Amino acid sequence: MSMELIKPGIHLDFVGKMKYAITFSVILAVIAIASIIFHGGLNLGIDFAGGSIIQIKFQKEVSADQIRTALKSTKLENSTIQQFGEKEFLIRTHESFSDQKVLAENLENPLTTAFNKDYEIRRVEVVGSKVGMDFQRKALFAVILSWIAMLIYITWRFEFRYALGGIIALVHDVLIIIGTVSIFNIEFTLSILAAVFFIIGFSINDTIVVLDRVRENVKLNPKQKLGDIINMSVNQTLSRTILTSLTVFLTVLALWKFGGAVIHDFAFSLLVGVVFGTYSSVFISCPIVLLFENLQISKMKRKK
Amino acid sequence: MFKSLKIRIAITVIVCLTAMYFLIPTFISNIPSPWNQYLAKEKIHLGLDLQGGMHLVLEIDTDKALEAMMERTSNDLKESLMDNKVRFRNLGKANGASISLELTDSAGKTALENVLRDKYPDLEIANPGDSGQIVNIKFIDKRAVELKKQIVEHSLETIRNRVDQFGVAEPEIIPEGNNRILIQLPGIKDSERAKNQLGKTALLEFKIVDEEHSLDEALHGNVPEGDIIAYGLRTDKSTGERGSVPYLLKNKTLLTGASLETAKVQIADRFGDPSVSLKFNSQGSVDFERITGENVRKKLAIVLDGAVYSAPVIEDRIAGGQAQITGTFTMDEASDLARVLRAGALPAPVNILEERTVGPSLGSDSIRQGIIATLIGTLFVIIFMILYYRFAGSVADLALIINIFLVLGVLAAFRATLTLPGIAGLLLTVGVAVDANILIFERIREELRTGKTIRLSLETGYNRAFITIIDTHITGIVAAIFLIMFGTGPIKGFAVTTIIGLLASLFTAVFVTRVIFDYVVWNFNIKKLSI
Repeated sequence: MSMELIKPGIHLDFVGKMKYAITFSVILAVIAIASIIFHGGLNLGIDFAGGSIIQIKFQKEVSADQIRTALKSTKLENSTIQQFGEKEFLIRTHESFSDQKVLAENLENPLTTAFNKDYEIRRVEVVGSKVGMDFQRKALFAVILSWIAMLIYITWRFEFRYALGGIIALVHDVLIIIGTVSIFNIEFTLSILAAVFFIIGFSINDTIVVLDRVRENVKLNPKQKLGDIINMSVNQTLSRTILTSLTVFLTVLALWKFGGAVIHDFAFSLLVGVVFGTYSSVFISCPIVLLFENLQISKMKRKK
Repeated sequence: MFKSLKIRIAITVIVCLTAMYFLIPTFISNIPSPWNQYLAKEKIHLGLDLQGGMHLVLEIDTDKALEAMMERTSNDLKESLMDNKVRFRNLGKANGASISLELTDSAGKTALENVLRDKYPDLEIANPGDSGQIVNIKFIDKRAVELKKQIVEHSLETIRNRVDQFGVAEPEIIPEGNNRILIQLPGIKDSERAKNQLGKTALLEFKIVDEEHSLDEALHGNVPEGDIIAYGLRTDKSTGERGSVPYLLKNKTLLTGASLETAKVQIADRFGDPSVSLKFNSQGSVDFERITGENVRKKLAIVLDGAVYSAPVIEDRIAGGQAQITGTFTMDEASDLARVLRAGALPAPVNILEERTVGPSLGSDSIRQGIIATLIGTLFVIIFMILYYRFAGSVADLALIINIFLVLGVLAAFRATLTLPGIAGLLLTVGVAVDANILIFERIREELRTGKTIRLSLETGYNRAFITIIDTHITGIVAAIFLIMFGTGPIKGFAVTTIIGLLASLFTAVFVTRVIFDYVVWNFNIKKLSI
């Protein structure tokens, strides 16, 4: 006998819970926006804001305070120093050190004085603020255009309200990931952007599967109320939804657990995104499709 | 699509073998001859975030280059106007790449227009409507755009030449946008030296030192017309102190580095200091001989990027086309300079906009951990699918593995680069591919529950799920295409792997699994499908 997580013939009342779900999502969205405002915008990494980032590995245990003391009265005095894995540190500053001499004066010489040569500079990244701004603009532009493209494609294959439901679910997911990143004060870097792209891809995939079943069931039972059809469709695809999300969640969990410091934040955003991407397919996109139906019905009633 | 099972099996095998063919160099580093001649040669390129190295984005200052061009042209124009008896005064640089002059004759404007039309087709009068005597001259707009484009192309060429001299394996030099160049140098160690050599304009100019006018007066702000002040670095041999020495130079450039045939390091100095010896090409030699002949007993300044390196007195006409740049070089500096001069000058100054250096140890750490994590994650999925779907699960697992190989194979074949965002894209396609199979299997289970035969359940399950799968995949591909069109480097990296992965997933999760199921169902008398 094969395994079944969800027994066939299951009938949970999703549509009845959608009101609570929407309230929940609105609260989350408000928290997300509030956190971003409270933090004075996103904590943009140097990819977007410009600046320098230096990763240093020491041969013996040192503390961030020791490094800070060593860098006192240099240009790196006010930089952020963060432990990054074992004996490794990240030093961040908003200045762009494009000149190696400046870097040597402000970093290598004081570090050598304090710690001898017992360290290795493993990474230096310098992004000019102009490039950062450019990249910020381009990333936003690309994301919004890709949403419009999906909106058009889904409208063509389904209907406009399905497309709108799908895209609003995406906006919801992205808002929640960005909010989470903001709440935990994670730096918004290129890899977080990659995570956002991943979640957009994952969430729209999930949404289309559910909406596709809705479309199919509407054709099979044209007389039935849309609310019931949505409920039926969500229940029919529930097994698949949970299985897929579970497998993706497990993969990402492995990434988070074993992927190392470089992809730690990336994997964390993915974990959050997978959970909400799944949730939004059922609880955000479906109510929007339903809302449009109700609007149309009430319009027709008024005409009569 | 293809009814015949044999044809479908053949397609599957051919596609898999092709992918394997392109992947052999990636997995087996030393292929013994004679086999290595017949196999693909390209490994999968790893991005700098994964293998270490240097990443630079340079901006070519085309506006500055146009200004410099205009300045050079203005010297010629001055002579042409004098030759044609057009009377003018106060010819000088105006805003941006334009010059202004004041005509002193009423007929001057027509005469100026004639000179421009005959000899300077690139230039036009910027304010033709003005009735005043002050005339601005600029490049024709269309021409300015073309010139800027040429400047960028020329810079790209020069930078390629310079990078070639580093001897880095697999460097990448990619133009970005209108005036940016992205340079990736995997495995480079001395990033500072590389940066200096790439970013140096290396504009070599020969100018005559003006000894008729007073340098002191010029330094007090009274620079004679047609002259400029430039500084040279001098190191005092006894004290070792470095100071700058001003020179008053005639602005006209007599010869540039473009006339060089080659440049090399020489140790000829009696102190044993290295110097750079220059050899001019044939036209350059002729020019150099003429210039030195005309300026005997004057000082000839050798100016590199605006700084005077030396200004020896011309003792006599110099034939043979040889010259030397002496200065206080270290051996490294001298050989870098010679190298840069050989590669040619950049037509415009460049600014470094972005710079990333990843040490090789960090690169290999992150790829090792990334690979381990991805393997563990994939293993989770594989075990889960077998536990949940038994035989069908193992079919899906096989398809998943083929999928990953196909993506890597395509990346190797098209010489695309795998970066961290690329791995995110790969991960996404693994998720979507597994999802496609889960969709299909759940549908088949539904059909089986209604009491249909295995064959019919397979048929309906696949057909119904296919509609969904095609929509999810195409939506993903459409979104990724837009990311490629409007995104930059890392965004593209994600989008490219996603598109390849989704196409591969359509093939493996739908086509390949169906072939396996059909083969099993048609050839064995199966009573119950293990799904």
